Amino acid sequence: MKLMKTLMAATAMLALAAGAAQAKTLVYCSEGSPEGFDPAPYTAGTTFDASSRPIYNRLVQFTKGASTTEPGLAESYEVSDDGLEYTFHLRQGVKFHTTEYFTPTRDFNADDVLFSFERQWSADHPWNAYSAGITWEYFNSMSMGELISSIEKVDDYTVKFVLTRPEAPFIANLAMDFASILSAEYAAQLEAAGTMDMLNQQPIGTGPFQFVNYQQDAAIRYASFDDYWNGVQPIDDLVFAITTDPAVRLQKLQAGECHIMPYPNPADLEIIKNDPNLVMMEQEGLNVGYLAYNTQQPPFDDARVRKALNMAIDKAAIIEAVFEGNAEIAKNPIPPTMWSYNEATVDDAYDPEAAKALLAEAGVENLSMKVWAMPVSRPYNPDARRMAELIQADFAAVDVDVEIVSMEWAEYLAQSSAVDRDGAVLLGWTGDNGDPDNFLAVLLGCDAVGSANRAQWCNEEFDGYIQDAKVVSDQAERTALYVKAQEVFKAEAPWATIAHSLVFMPMSNKVTGYVMDPKGTHAFDGVDITE
Amino acid sequence: MIRFILNRLLLIIPTFIGITIVAFAFVRILPGDPILLIAGERSVTPERYQDLIVQFGYDRPIWVQYWDYLAGIFQGDFGTSISTKRPVIRDFLTLFPATVELSVCAILFAVTLGVPAGVIAAVKRGSWYDQTLMGTALVGYSMPIFWLGLLLIIFFSGMLGWTPVSGRIDLLYYFPTTTGFMTIDALLSGQDGAFVSALRHLILPTVTLGTIPLAVIARQTRSAMLEVLGDDYVRTARAKGLAPHQVVGQHALRNALIPVVTTIGLQVGVMMAGAILTETIFSWPGIGKWMVDAISRRDYPVVQAGLLLIALIVMAVNLIVDVLYGLINPRIRHN
Repeated sequence: MKLMKTLMAATAMLALAAGAAQAKTLVYCSEGSPEGFDPAPYTAGTTFDASSRPIYNRLVQFTKGASTTEPGLAESYEVSDDGLEYTFHLRQGVKFHTTEYFTPTRDFNADDVLFSFERQWSADHPWNAYSAGITWEYFNSMSMGELISSIEKVDDYTVKFVLTRPEAPFIANLAMDFASILSAEYAAQLEAAGTMDMLNQQPIGTGPFQFVNYQQDAAIRYASFDDYWNGVQPIDDLVFAITTDPAVRLQKLQAGECHIMPYPNPADLEIIKNDPNLVMMEQEGLNVGYLAYNTQQPPFDDARVRKALNMAIDKAAIIEAVFEGNAEIAKNPIPPTMWSYNEATVDDAYDPEAAKALLAEAGVENLSMKVWAMPVSRPYNPDARRMAELIQADFAAVDVDVEIVSMEWAEYLAQSSAVDRDGAVLLGWTGDNGDPDNFLAVLLGCDAVGSANRAQWCNEEFDGYIQDAKVVSDQAERTALYVKAQEVFKAEAPWATIAHSLVFMPMSNKVTGYVMDPKGTHAFDGVDITE
Repeated sequence: MIRFILNRLLLIIPTFIGITIVAFAFVRILPGDPILLIAGERSVTPERYQDLIVQFGYDRPIWVQYWDYLAGIFQGDFGTSISTKRPVIRDFLTLFPATVELSVCAILFAVTLGVPAGVIAAVKRGSWYDQTLMGTALVGYSMPIFWLGLLLIIFFSGMLGWTPVSGRIDLLYYFPTTTGFMTIDALLSGQDGAFVSALRHLILPTVTLGTIPLAVIARQTRSAMLEVLGDDYVRTARAKGLAPHQVVGQHALRNALIPVVTTIGLQVGVMMAGAILTETIFSWPGIGKWMVDAISRRDYPVVQAGLLLIALIVMAVNLIVDVLYGLINPRIRHN
């Protein structure tokens, strides 16, 4: 016991002595390991938090805490009248990181922009397959390949993108992680040295923090970048302490081993709120959890049946039981934090009697159906099995018999996409780029039938609005179109919209300046710690 | 003796081939497709899916894929991870020392406490000490690792603040990796307090991972000891008037240890399973945590190579145990 005390005192003194000499370090208990440090080949938010957010910038960037965009590495841009040509005027005097492994000889310019996009776009680019198994999933899934007709360097500080069709969400796409700007000069150095795969392990960018070191599955270290174009950071060092278990993350936060953590256990929220040393920020996530009917299969091809079933679901009970109250009832397919959200929508009120009457009117009796429950926990649906059971009970009250189906996650994703799928599917979505197109066209457009459109719903009027909204670049006009689209959606009810969940971010009360991002990314520029 | 070892080595070849087949088949029998898992809710178009299948080589006949995998292994190429795009062997070599460091500490913990505890329990058979000890061992043996680990963290790190919560060393210390063993690297770095910090980080994971082997070893030692203590030669030794500690320590223990050594060897395999959970709780960057991630992502190359490498290690340890066994017990090697 005495030895223990001596040991403890000794280590405490050491920690103090070291702390005094130590620079200001912010420790983030991250939830997982990054797959790599070149963001473009990946799709996981955990990877982006560790790569694109601290290390890189993009031509346009998301406004902190919002789903809108603002100038980034491009100071301004112009769109031609036909919506096909985007001309970007690049910021001058932007420096790339200087590290042990790279010393830049020039500032950021148009060559870096061309390099960053052409490697993903053109199959014969030397960097298109720079490491075994590299694919450009986000670039492909956002259809950038077909969308871009050419990328031209007008001069050192002007780049022109020519598109094959007008596409208003293009700007929001350029603010996404896959569109991060890398250094062409660094790439050339690696290519000459024959170590191309180091691009993915020793990154160089223009962002607020520069990469120091990654100890696999344990910790990532960054240092504040002194020449950052947008101002130097209040902290000196940023460390990601990788901690996969949420209960352990909280223990670390409480023990002072880290300052901030994502994704707390729902069961721990009360403990965090009661801890005087911790502060918890919360925000509605840019997500939606839904139940998608198969609108191509009778009797679900009749909007009255879908409406009736929607009225039979007690969403308030689901929010309590599945989300422990930490969610908001969804009435629209897009979340309230997104622009063009239709406040005027009236949700289908919970009314089993009216539901029964409407089912009778549609001539449906003794209906039995399947409800698919996801096998994984997601922010938009932490426990799909439980949700399916509640829906089963709700539907039983209107004489609809439900069989709950579940299967392995990849199978679930594949089979739920099939046009001839039997039953209604629980699923959801978290937004990529803050554009309503990213919900409405991706999840409900005619193009997505048979893939991400799990309702297999192709409505001409709705699709007309979202297609029109793609080609107009004026945001007010687009908002009007999306509001109309949401009205059609509500009348036709291809989904039962269930919930938009809240996202929590517990942190030490020493942390200041952290801004939550509705898209769910975690960025630490502008964050400070007080002693 | 040499012939005995050669025989054992020859047995490794069919076992090795068998393991490659099991490892290869295992991930493919599991439902779930790595490409669909990467795409997630967004889905891939059938054309894109086809492109990716071709790119990863999963469109080829299964035996061609197996042959490719086998040929790769013999050239030291274990493939590239689907998710991280890094060579599997590089990740394995980076992470493996962390698992070894933890496992060695856990087995030392289990042996140094388990053998004496078992011996004392056998000598004082039926006493309150024996009963308490065996009762505790039963509890330790039945304890779910995940629960035990969390409980230790909450009590020792959270409430008492004696030990760090997770990780391998305080983030204050930063030095390049040389051996991959944190305790050794900390010593080599020469930084004040780094070694102590690495040791402190080892305490809870060691106890968590070592508890089940400790209980098994203690029980095995006790029963082996009891058996031996009843043997004629022990009675003879006593009758000759040898001191009790000489009877127990020199004559009985040596023979009692034979089955215990086998148990320890088998526990290495059990510990690999325990390491998966322990590493996950304590954010210990070893191969256990790495395998769990790979299985959930259906990262075929990582699971294949990981299973194979782990199996090879268990085989190697058992080979060593067999040889030791032969050394301790001449009856085995002459058979």
